[in-house]
Amino acid sequence: MQCDNLINTLAPCLVQSGWNGDIANFISIFLGVIVVATFPLLVTIFLIWFERKFAARIQDRLGPNRVGPFGLLQPFADVIKLLGKEDITPAGADKVIYNLAPVMMVMSVLLIWAVVPISPIHYGMDLEIGALYIIAVASFGTLSVIFASWSSNNKYALLGAFRVVAQLISYEIPLAFALLVPVMLAGSMSLVDITQAQAGMWFMFMAPLSAVLFFISSQAETGRAPFDLLEAESELVAGFNIEYSGMKFALFFAGEFMHVFTNGVLMAVLFTGGYIGFGGLENSIPLLGVVFLFAKASIWYMISLLVRNALPRVRIDQLMNFNWKFLVPVSIVNVIMMAFLLKLVQELGIAPAPDQANDFVANIPQTLVLFAGNVVLGLLILNNIRSRFRKERLDESAKRAIVPVGAGD
Amino acid sequence: MNFGEGLTPQAIAFGLFTILTIGGALGVVTSRNLVRAAIWLMLSLFGIAGFFVLLSAPFLASVQVLVYIGAIGILFSFAVMLTRGMTNLKERFNTQWWLAAFAAITAFALLMVGVIVPVFGTTVIPVADQVTTTVDLGVALVSGNQYVLPFEVASLLLTAAMIGAIVIAREDD
Amino acid sequence: MEILNQWAFIGMFFVLAPILPAVPILLAAVISPKKPNAIKQATYECGVETVGDTWVQFKMQYYLYGLIFLIFDVEMVFLFPWALAYKQLDFFAFLAGLLFIFLLSDALVYAWRKKVLEWV
Repeated sequence: MQCDNLINTLAPCLVQSGWNGDIANFISIFLGVIVVATFPLLVTIFLIWFERKFAARIQDRLGPNRVGPFGLLQPFADVIKLLGKEDITPAGADKVIYNLAPVMMVMSVLLIWAVVPISPIHYGMDLEIGALYIIAVASFGTLSVIFASWSSNNKYALLGAFRVVAQLISYEIPLAFALLVPVMLAGSMSLVDITQAQAGMWFMFMAPLSAVLFFISSQAETGRAPFDLLEAESELVAGFNIEYSGMKFALFFAGEFMHVFTNGVLMAVLFTGGYIGFGGLENSIPLLGVVFLFAKASIWYMISLLVRNALPRVRIDQLMNFNWKFLVPVSIVNVIMMAFLLKLVQELGIAPAPDQANDFVANIPQTLVLFAGNVVLGLLILNNIRSRFRKERLDESAKRAIVPVGAGD
Repeated sequence: MNFGEGLTPQAIAFGLFTILTIGGALGVVTSRNLVRAAIWLMLSLFGIAGFFVLLSAPFLASVQVLVYIGAIGILFSFAVMLTRGMTNLKERFNTQWWLAAFAAITAFALLMVGVIVPVFGTTVIPVADQVTTTVDLGVALVSGNQYVLPFEVASLLLTAAMIGAIVIAREDD
Repeated sequence: MEILNQWAFIGMFFVLAPILPAVPILLAAVISPKKPNAIKQATYECGVETVGDTWVQFKMQYYLYGLIFLIFDVEMVFLFPWALAYKQLDFFAFLAGLLFIFLLSDALVYAWRKKVLEWV
């Protein structure tokens, strides 16, 4: 590797200027990790401001507007305030695990960024098993909830944690099933390859149902409304983080904010082409790839915020039923259908040849077939869910039929 | 892994993972608190995931994290938390711990003898060159003349496990 | 060497990812006032003194969800290589995958019919 660009090839540059090879390698990896891991944390500070502003606008308020222009400095003021808050550890808490839990929560989201391709040449690592890695590290988040609740020695925390963990592990299944489809379409688990495979056509057009399933279950994984059972203030006091205060409590929330945006980035990478823009611009100017990726991610992020602010919270039984009796069966059928259609397309010979895979026009016939299949399945599902809800509605209103006072006499 | 050649990064990583694995295992057996023991166990399992990475088996490493830490670890914590009064044990009630320790050490010694002394001959079986990447694994799993039968049997086994678990764990009827 | 470098990256990430969020906690620990007292550190409930042990018996149902999740998680492990190699495989692979998923869906149907998925 030549020393042509200091950002991408730091190690050879250092070697050229007389460093020891191993140490140069170590330093370049170390700096790479610092950059990749710090970036989402810095973005989060801005996200907190943005989300507060966004929610405020929906609720017909102004939101933060005093500290700095448009209240932009509000998060910094908050951080300083939080640093000064007294750090209360409840009596009977398991101190080590109590302090470990918020760190693990942030870590579980940070780790995802290690494999996300930000532009054609900028990514932490092109991991061969990227898709599986994403689900695997997400389980640290679930563990941190268990740790937090158990170590704080509080009944409400435990009760909340049981619910949250049941929710998180349940929604991981449709998430993983939805993730199978991009892997199948790209023939690779590496996020870089998945992005490259969308150069011709975004997967969102080939597999819209998978995109929707992934979006819904990732919304549930972050614990945002309508799935915000983990902070059901009215039912569980606050949920698993009830005993946390000050900076530790803030870290749980920073983890959540970061998770929502990370899900937007994952949606962009997996279904809407990641850093791929138009006309191959991102290959000539790699930094444009970053712009494309974050533009797409921001759109998904804003849809997520819209959903959060528009929908009311569901009940816990509805939450579990929605997953096990709707999302899981649908995602299983979706995978089978996509597998069948992909083979059909291959047998019919309308799949683009390997050398034309990046060509938009060559992808159209295949996309049409896959899209049509998705639409048919989607309509069937909608029809099914409509009749199911109608039945439930009729049952409920029959059960709740109010007999007027004195009518029975 | 040749320590004679000095400390290669692999050797350092191997040492770290060994400390994680064995240290975690020691934590499991010495911890009085069952939840803490479960956490030590996860640490130990994480070390094993590291070994898989060193053996160039990233797929197995992620499976290790996904299934053992993500699913079994959570299941363990659930089981421990669901068991009332089991989390803070003060007295020890395994009075025959020396017997267990003896059995474990004997088994370990026998295993080490089997590994170090060439009991089963000195032929080193080469790493199978058929399955090298995860894609090859996928091909091998479903191609008719390789592992398609075990693949389906695995599904049957999982189904049986789930039905069995439901039958046993259901409280009523 | 290239592959090892990449894993060194992930390894270093696993070391640094917990350190970065730990920094604000440590900072707060240094800066923030510390005046603990028994009332402040009491278990927080809705204003009422906490009664009895934290370790009350929880519902068995949570464990059942955990078990079903574990089974599906293991299923994922088998399905990911299948999906990965899917494009290179023949139609037989589709049937093999179909049978695999179908057998496991049986378990889900069983759980459904046995009302295990019913939240009570």
